[in-house]
Amino acid sequence: MLDPAAGPAVSHAAWVARDILLLQRHDLSWMLLLVLGWLFLGAIGLLRPHSLRFVARGLFPAGAVIGLGVALLGGVALLAGHAPQTMLLPLGLPDLPFHLRLDALSGFFLLLMGVAGAGISIFAAGYFRSGEGTAPGLLGLHYHIFLASMALVVLADDAYFFMVAWELMALSSYFLVVSQHRRPEIRQAGFLYLLMAHLGALCLLFSFGVLQGGNWQFSFDAMRSANHTPFWATMAFLLALLGFGAKAGLVPLHGWLPEAHPAAPSPVSAMMSGLMLKTAVYGMLRVTFDLLHVQFWQWGALVLVLGLASALFGAIFAGVKTDMKRLLAYSSIENIGLIFTGIGLAILFEACHLPLFAALALSAALLHALNHAFFKSLLFLATGNVLHATRRRSLGALGGLGRTMPWVAALALVGTLAIAGLPPLNGFVSEWLLLQSFLFTPQLPRPFINMLVPLGAAVLALTVALAAYVMVKFYGVIFLGQPREPALEDAHDANWLERMGLAWLALGCILIGVLPQIALRATGAVTRQLLGKTISFASPIWWIAPIAPKQASYSGLLLLAGTICVIGIAYVLVRVLAHGRIRRTVPWDCGYPWQTSRMQDTAEGFGQPIRHIFGPAFDMERELPLPSDNAPRYRIHVEDRLWRMVYLPIARAVQRVSDAIGVVQGGRLAIYLLFSFLTLLGLLAGVL
Amino acid sequence: MPHTSHWIVPSLNLLASILLLISFAMLSRRRTQRLITLYAWQGLALFVSTCLVAYSSGQKELVYSAGLTLMLKVIALPWILHRLIQRLGAQWDSELLVNIPTTMLVGLGLVIFAFGLAQPISMMANTITRNTLGIALAVILLSFLMMITRRKAVTQVIGFLAMENGLFFAATSATYGMPMVIELGIALDLLVAVFILGIFFFQIREQFDSLDLHHLETLKED
Repeated sequence: MLDPAAGPAVSHAAWVARDILLLQRHDLSWMLLLVLGWLFLGAIGLLRPHSLRFVARGLFPAGAVIGLGVALLGGVALLAGHAPQTMLLPLGLPDLPFHLRLDALSGFFLLLMGVAGAGISIFAAGYFRSGEGTAPGLLGLHYHIFLASMALVVLADDAYFFMVAWELMALSSYFLVVSQHRRPEIRQAGFLYLLMAHLGALCLLFSFGVLQGGNWQFSFDAMRSANHTPFWATMAFLLALLGFGAKAGLVPLHGWLPEAHPAAPSPVSAMMSGLMLKTAVYGMLRVTFDLLHVQFWQWGALVLVLGLASALFGAIFAGVKTDMKRLLAYSSIENIGLIFTGIGLAILFEACHLPLFAALALSAALLHALNHAFFKSLLFLATGNVLHATRRRSLGALGGLGRTMPWVAALALVGTLAIAGLPPLNGFVSEWLLLQSFLFTPQLPRPFINMLVPLGAAVLALTVALAAYVMVKFYGVIFLGQPREPALEDAHDANWLERMGLAWLALGCILIGVLPQIALRATGAVTRQLLGKTISFASPIWWIAPIAPKQASYSGLLLLAGTICVIGIAYVLVRVLAHGRIRRTVPWDCGYPWQTSRMQDTAEGFGQPIRHIFGPAFDMERELPLPSDNAPRYRIHVEDRLWRMVYLPIARAVQRVSDAIGVVQGGRLAIYLLFSFLTLLGLLAGVL
Repeated sequence: MPHTSHWIVPSLNLLASILLLISFAMLSRRRTQRLITLYAWQGLALFVSTCLVAYSSGQKELVYSAGLTLMLKVIALPWILHRLIQRLGAQWDSELLVNIPTTMLVGLGLVIFAFGLAQPISMMANTITRNTLGIALAVILLSFLMMITRRKAVTQVIGFLAMENGLFFAATSATYGMPMVIELGIALDLLVAVFILGIFFFQIREQFDSLDLHHLETLKED
């Protein structure tokens, strides 16, 4: 390993070069090489920017292989358990070279990005066709820069490099979002995304400015050892929460998310939702636990409340939305809310000196981040297939695709069950762990918090149940029932590359669900680094018992075995003991003479109870048909109330201020001259 | 000081006051042609004063810059401007934004301000011309004022050139002039500026059929 203080920068650069060239046992060099490989893939796409075959069939699979490498190295860094590796790059500012660091925390997120990114890349190889609006070579360039910049965000070990990578990530993803830039609504969504990204980055910049604590040292190492007064530590925390919250889409900073995710091509939506939002989680953990060393339980309470609010908000809006990608975007807000709930609990426990429970909550949050990367990417990719096959994204125009697209339907079912939190899939494990960590709050020494936290557990349970409801709607309306439009009858299934990508992600969902011990070992390395504790496992390897076996334990493997047994026995019983043949016939139709697709339950129908119960959360506009109408039409338009209450007033205020400043620009030359004249006089008078 | 005679400092002061007087005269003139004539006279006064400073201080470089002043500011630029306004048909009255008495009063205030400002600076200078620094500053400010109060594009250029005269005078009076390279550069800049602005005048007139600057207000984005 290199010692940063070994010598002057020049000889140091030689060291790094030698290290990279000789490829010693130095994971960080390998990792850097892989990240550079992504950038290289993006660059050579420009050689033949219009050749779809070259870019899609050649570069994207290569990117997937690199993703696997990144995941492997991340996993090694995570599980090998050796000390963090650091490295200085001979780039950057004169007295602030780029610092890199590979530790358990960054290793975990690299693992997440690599594994999920590999699946998405393979899918993208089969997905992109001509006519996505941007030349394939450019799309490949932005895509690989996006991947590389996310990895660099996680690897950065000084504020400057972090911000460079962070902005690179925002910009490359912006160009991906607006790849169909000829449509005005997509340009608009892209602008909103860029605006929020920059506001968030500004907050982060200020946060790092506070974190350096007057030493003017911007490496994370210096920040770790800086002394912060309680006030400034809290300021740094709040600014970081604003900055990372804006990227993660926490309520009320979520405005860009339901606009930008649907606007992007599906693999990009998957990357943004599955991977990019996690960089915000990473940043929050890095700043709060690693740089600021958790100081006040109030921080945790704030994050907890914001996380729960986001989770509930996302779930009920996903319930009423009828555009399939927008629904998934709101579901992302919900899942990010759950992750931040876990982080909030971890901060709360850690500040109250209960590190074991903090480790439990943090494990739940990290595991959920990993799970979300799998199942949300899977579902976004599946919507991409549906979109390509039908050119429809409104749930009201879909239906019955399970017959025409069996592969997508089967694999999306895995993702749907996982996101709905059903055992033995991965979503269940993390949500169960999160609920478990709520159950330990009575041990908190703060009576006030003790009373509020059970309320939080109730909100969590409500959210998870609503999420399951939403997923029933999502899957049922798209894949089950009868096609709502005749054109759906000849929808085509995914091609083999797309199937590979979907299957890879689905496999991840199943594996983590059945063998959560493996994933928990990974999160354990992170909690050991950040909190000094890990949650324990019970003695048989297939059981997990986060605190003590007598309180709660879970075994995905046994559950799966039990489920398979029950289904197998039932199948055998039906086939052998009953009639034993498959009958294809009309289902029972309640005695009606005919049944059409218009009689099926619609997405709006599914959303109706939620609209009814959570009415005050929405801005609704409804058009109900009259009984006498010959061609009855029902239309409902649901808007986010926060949009009207928070975003529009801010936009109007900015507009007013700009108008007020615009008065200065009167267009009269004499006035402009007068301005400079008065400035001159003022400056001269200042000399006096 | 090699050639300091008893008559040099009074005559420098006289020339400085002539410069100031010409600046006020420019403020009070309406006709563009007269302004150009006054600008030429100002250049001449500048030429004579630079010659005197060169003579008294024995700095040879100042002779060159005096020659440059004569050629450029007394002969070339006024001639170019005369040709220009004749081609443009703009030799007549220029409208004012503020009436002349008010402008004069404001100008008086500026002169007092400039003198107050120059006092501490001229204490530090050790040139024989240091007392005229206040006047040089006043010339700069008055020319700026002229740019502000006129509406026609040509008069603004004249104001700009007069301001440069003031700067040049300030340089000679405070430090015996700037290095030759800089002065050459500034002279070239002036020449180029006048050419480019001349082209702009034609463009503006073509667009708006007039050189009145208030037409430019319509260019503002709403």
